[in-house]
Amino acid sequence: MWQWLVRLYHRLGSPKWFYEMTERWIFWLALAAGGSAIVGLVLGLLYAPADYQQGDSFRIIYIHVPAALLAQSAYMMMAVAGAVYLIWRMKMAAWVAKVIAPVGAAFCLIALLTGAIWGKPTWGTWWVWDARLTSMLMLLFLYFGVMALQQAMESEEASYKAGAILALVGLVNIPIIKYSVEWWNTLHQPATLKLTEKPSMHPDMLWPLLIMIVSTYLFFALVVILRTRNEILWHERKRQWVRKILES
Amino acid sequence: MSLVRATVRRDLLLAARNPGEWANPLMFFLMVAALFPMAVDPNPEFLSKIAGGVIWVAALLATLLSLDSLYRADVEDGSLEQWLASGESLYAMSLGKALVHWCISGLPLTLMSPLLGVMLHLPEHAYFALFISLAVGTPVLSLLGAVGAALTASLRSGGLLLTLLILPLYVPVLIFAASAVYHAGIGMAYNGQVAMLGAMLALALALTPFAAGAALKLNLSR
Repeated sequence: MWQWLVRLYHRLGSPKWFYEMTERWIFWLALAAGGSAIVGLVLGLLYAPADYQQGDSFRIIYIHVPAALLAQSAYMMMAVAGAVYLIWRMKMAAWVAKVIAPVGAAFCLIALLTGAIWGKPTWGTWWVWDARLTSMLMLLFLYFGVMALQQAMESEEASYKAGAILALVGLVNIPIIKYSVEWWNTLHQPATLKLTEKPSMHPDMLWPLLIMIVSTYLFFALVVILRTRNEILWHERKRQWVRKILES
Repeated sequence: MSLVRATVRRDLLLAARNPGEWANPLMFFLMVAALFPMAVDPNPEFLSKIAGGVIWVAALLATLLSLDSLYRADVEDGSLEQWLASGESLYAMSLGKALVHWCISGLPLTLMSPLLGVMLHLPEHAYFALFISLAVGTPVLSLLGAVGAALTASLRSGGLLLTLLILPLYVPVLIFAASAVYHAGIGMAYNGQVAMLGAMLALALALTPFAAGAALKLNLSR
């Protein structure tokens, strides 16, 4: 098992291997992401029962919660990929980290926007300075910071390293920011899903949500793979194997 | 260690000979805090409620103002290369630089804060909370800021970028410090918030010099 993981890791470091391997994955990933999105949305929007307090407006949860979850874990993935680059100087990791940043920021923005739309009928206001909203906003700022820093650096290598260092500092800070704003002010309903507790939702509402979460992660994987392939093509454009692909 | 000590001494001496370096952020601190009563409401009762928050926001902005130049001169005149070539630990060097920054920004801010407290009608029993929260909180600002300063040291327009990078990281300090002052003002216990600030200081002291040291090396691969 360990041997296999080590070998996989070494292979992941090879752009050519990654490019050829993902060629086969893209179709199935797209199929799985699209299919599960359709199933989840149909179940969630049409078949899940309406909430007894919030009526139909709660259905935005099927976009909001997956996007918020993904935005947070994408930052973590970006920081881990950055750390892999800093420690082992694996170029693939740097490209992946660079590619994740805008995608994570986009999901963060989606979570904030859907949250505002959900907040209007439920709380009667687009925005409140509530703990979870505020910490999501700070996460968005952290994403912007990483992206701005990467763009400002002149040398490519420095931009990867600087982005990775900032992402790691941000990673240490995220829990501190999260808990500090939580103690400061909270109005948000408690987390819908907790790993340690039995879900408080009805199963008919819960299943579509779980399906949507899986679908969002699959979509994220697909987008990151596609963008990474672009990075590979650009950086390896002078290599023989890329030239062959581009000519055909 | 001697190189770190020499650098700290040189920087402090430079700051002493060139008062603008530490006096300008102080003036900025004063002016920003003076804007609030004019823009929002000069009523003492209202001011005493927001005084802690306003002073802290002003302190935070003033700290950012002096961060930009922390490493710039060292990158430009080649001192950074000499540090790296000397084999001196960059951890100690970043810690020393953060200390210098605190001495020329956080410390004067802390000492001047009672003046602003008077201007903004801070309740009397909140003065000590303001003082202690600034004394414990501003070193965290300097330590975190040093990471940002190291990351942007060789960039031409690093100042604004530095602000964007560092401000979200300052949020926890701001929340706990302002909350300490506010709670002291309404006569409640505030030792919990100060303890949290102390915990952040311990964490920042231990970890940020690593990040700043790693970031400093980037400035060589220009």
